[in-house]
Amino acid sequence: MKEYVMGNGAIALGALKAGVNVVCGYPGTPSSEIIETIAKYPHEGLHLEWSVNEKAALEVAAAAAYSGARALVTMKQVGLNVASDPLMSLAYVGVEGGMVVVSADDPGPISSQTEQDSRRFAEFARIPVFDPASAEEAFEMIQDAFTYSEKYKTPVIFRPTTRVDHGYAAIEAADTYTPKSFEGFKKDPGRFVIFPRLSYKNHGMIEERNVRIGEDLSSYRFNTAEGGPSAKAVLAGGISYMYAKEFLQDHPGVTLIRIATAYPFPESFMLDKLKGVEELLCLEELSPYLEEQVLKLAGRYGITLKVYGKISGHVPAMGENSADSVKNILKDFLGIESLESSGGVSDAPALPARPPVLCAGCPHRASFYAVKKAMEGEKTYYCGDIGCYTLGNAMPLDMVDTCLCMGAGVTMAQGFSHIDKDGKAFAFIGDSTFFASGMTGVVNAVYNEADITVCILDNSTTAMTGHQPHPGTGRNMMGHVIQKVSIPKILEGIGLTKVITVDPLDLKAAVSAVKECAGLKGVKAIIFKSPCIAIEKSSKKCTIGDDCINCKKCIRETGCPALSLSEGRVVIDASMCTGCALCSQVCPVSAVKGGV
Amino acid sequence: MDKDILICGVGGQGTVLASGIIAAAAMAEGNVVHSAETIGMAQRGGPVTSHVRIGDKAFSPLIPLNKADLIIGFEPSEVVRNIGYLSAQGIAVVNTTAVKPVTASLSGSGYDGSEMTAYLKKRGNCIFADATAECESLGSVRFLNILLLGIAAGSGRLGIKKETMMSVIEKRVPEKFREANINAFIKGYDIGSATGQG
Repeated sequence: MKEYVMGNGAIALGALKAGVNVVCGYPGTPSSEIIETIAKYPHEGLHLEWSVNEKAALEVAAAAAYSGARALVTMKQVGLNVASDPLMSLAYVGVEGGMVVVSADDPGPISSQTEQDSRRFAEFARIPVFDPASAEEAFEMIQDAFTYSEKYKTPVIFRPTTRVDHGYAAIEAADTYTPKSFEGFKKDPGRFVIFPRLSYKNHGMIEERNVRIGEDLSSYRFNTAEGGPSAKAVLAGGISYMYAKEFLQDHPGVTLIRIATAYPFPESFMLDKLKGVEELLCLEELSPYLEEQVLKLAGRYGITLKVYGKISGHVPAMGENSADSVKNILKDFLGIESLESSGGVSDAPALPARPPVLCAGCPHRASFYAVKKAMEGEKTYYCGDIGCYTLGNAMPLDMVDTCLCMGAGVTMAQGFSHIDKDGKAFAFIGDSTFFASGMTGVVNAVYNEADITVCILDNSTTAMTGHQPHPGTGRNMMGHVIQKVSIPKILEGIGLTKVITVDPLDLKAAVSAVKECAGLKGVKAIIFKSPCIAIEKSSKKCTIGDDCINCKKCIRETGCPALSLSEGRVVIDASMCTGCALCSQVCPVSAVKGGV
Repeated sequence: MDKDILICGVGGQGTVLASGIIAAAAMAEGNVVHSAETIGMAQRGGPVTSHVRIGDKAFSPLIPLNKADLIIGFEPSEVVRNIGYLSAQGIAVVNTTAVKPVTASLSGSGYDGSEMTAYLKKRGNCIFADATAECESLGSVRFLNILLLGIAAGSGRLGIKKETMMSVIEKRVPEKFREANINAFIKGYDIGSATGQG
């Protein structure tokens, strides 16, 4: 039966069809829905988990793959940075069962810190990479990825991009899935214990093998050429191929070459398709990977052709491509006159800006506000982290001075505390991020005698990526209820100066907790504990009484989106209000009633 | 059928469910469908769009500019933001109630959507309705997405049968809200039919 699913759902269904035995990952847009889809098909012989971070996920999967099982690991592109330590070594050791590492790239970037290109990572690790252009292809290609991984006994990278991950299509889903049967781990220290001698030997083997894989991939079904032959040809990869294909269906006669396996590069295929081509336009996102491969080939084989793309400045270096940007680049390249309007809205009134904000009633707003109030007039460093609470940077809170990567808030606060003894350094970190990579930073801070206050914004979920459970929530992806891992007990075990748990929606108590901790030496922690409002909503709304003096302090200080002005008066949008009552605690005349 | 439908609004307004219902209904009538959603940080009160592409000639998940046959706009400024997608023959269904961003409240800009509606009126090819107020009269703004789908279907521009839409809505919404959603759809459908666009 066909199911209408997003690209991530298609990847999940493809992996299930391939008989995957173990699936691990850490949430991250645009990859999170792969594991969430697999969770809808629980069956005997399948282990599914949200791991604490990507490194853990990859290592769990590696053991399964050593044993001959099929393993899938999912993450966003920056997650691959975290998992790169085991990946780089695993590339040398290899696997027995098929192992596919999904690293979802995010051109734009739309929801990410970087515009890194996982095809580069594949080349860096010397392992194959698959690059689907649609949800339908992703379903087929993930199955191929397992086949190639097993055939060449190497982990492979599967690299979708946001538009493929979040594009929907109808995909064939089965009623039942049968995991692969496998023999189990066979002890072989010469194979599975990495030593310099093994790495030297395998390095040579891998380079020789990759030439063979490139040859094999030259006849791969998703490395294609259509239209033409023509002296002016187009080379595309990923979603850019679909943009080009849609435009070229009205402009036939142009060769459209598509490479779905950027590394090892299918040289024979490409050399064959370049015959008679005088000018080649390369359409791809993130980095000019395919463009560079063609330039290398041209040099090695003495091919004379002009290559256009990111390096030549014909395609933008950054941001995502679109149907329209690709159309315009193709028109220039092919010399097609443009007659239609640009679709611009130059005569439109100025549009209101809508930067993403913390939801109405979000407890993070109250936590940030409490710290802000308590630290008024003090010299402070507010080190943020990755999650919804990065949005604490927005006006009027303006409570994020730094944000670098997962877990960096704690360690950066430590850094500030060492170079400036007069400032008060704070780290803001969510519960899931704390488990992912915050704990080690707290140990580091204690060990190295930092003076910092760690604010743990514990909303009992991984909110930004779609409310995934984590070790502190008491349930896992196998559907089991488990003992919650206690953040206060972890902190107690590390040996902090002070640990206070407080409800951020109790403003007075929260401010006093912050003042107490900030005044102490050493590493202190405040656990601001209140559930995400997307999970637990109160039906008790706040209302504004006639005694409102319209000072607008509530709007000015909290920036809650449920508060706005209507005909000059402050109003609360009842459909958004969650009754958190932060505004009623801010109000100087107690005009806000109800809530909590 | 070949049809490109763009749904736009503000994160949290229920655009994703609306596009899912259109896609399911179009498939139930035997069409090939692709769609694309805004997911991630923008869902927190930022501008969101869903692109629904019906037919087998669409390869890109995103609708090119000037190609949308129909825009279903949950908020007037979001329709203006996306109006470049509307084809010359296309129609936009516009909810006239504004969602005021925090930035507007902080700056006291006084944004209330009226300027946007005036611009769209001048431009033409729009069906206006205070869909939020219509929903409130039904008891909750929660059904805004379904009511807007009703207007689009009633206008005849959606190209999907009323019964198909209703049967998909019945399947997609929680049982305790089924009747309320169907009422919202019918109310919207009547508003759409009355515009005489079909």
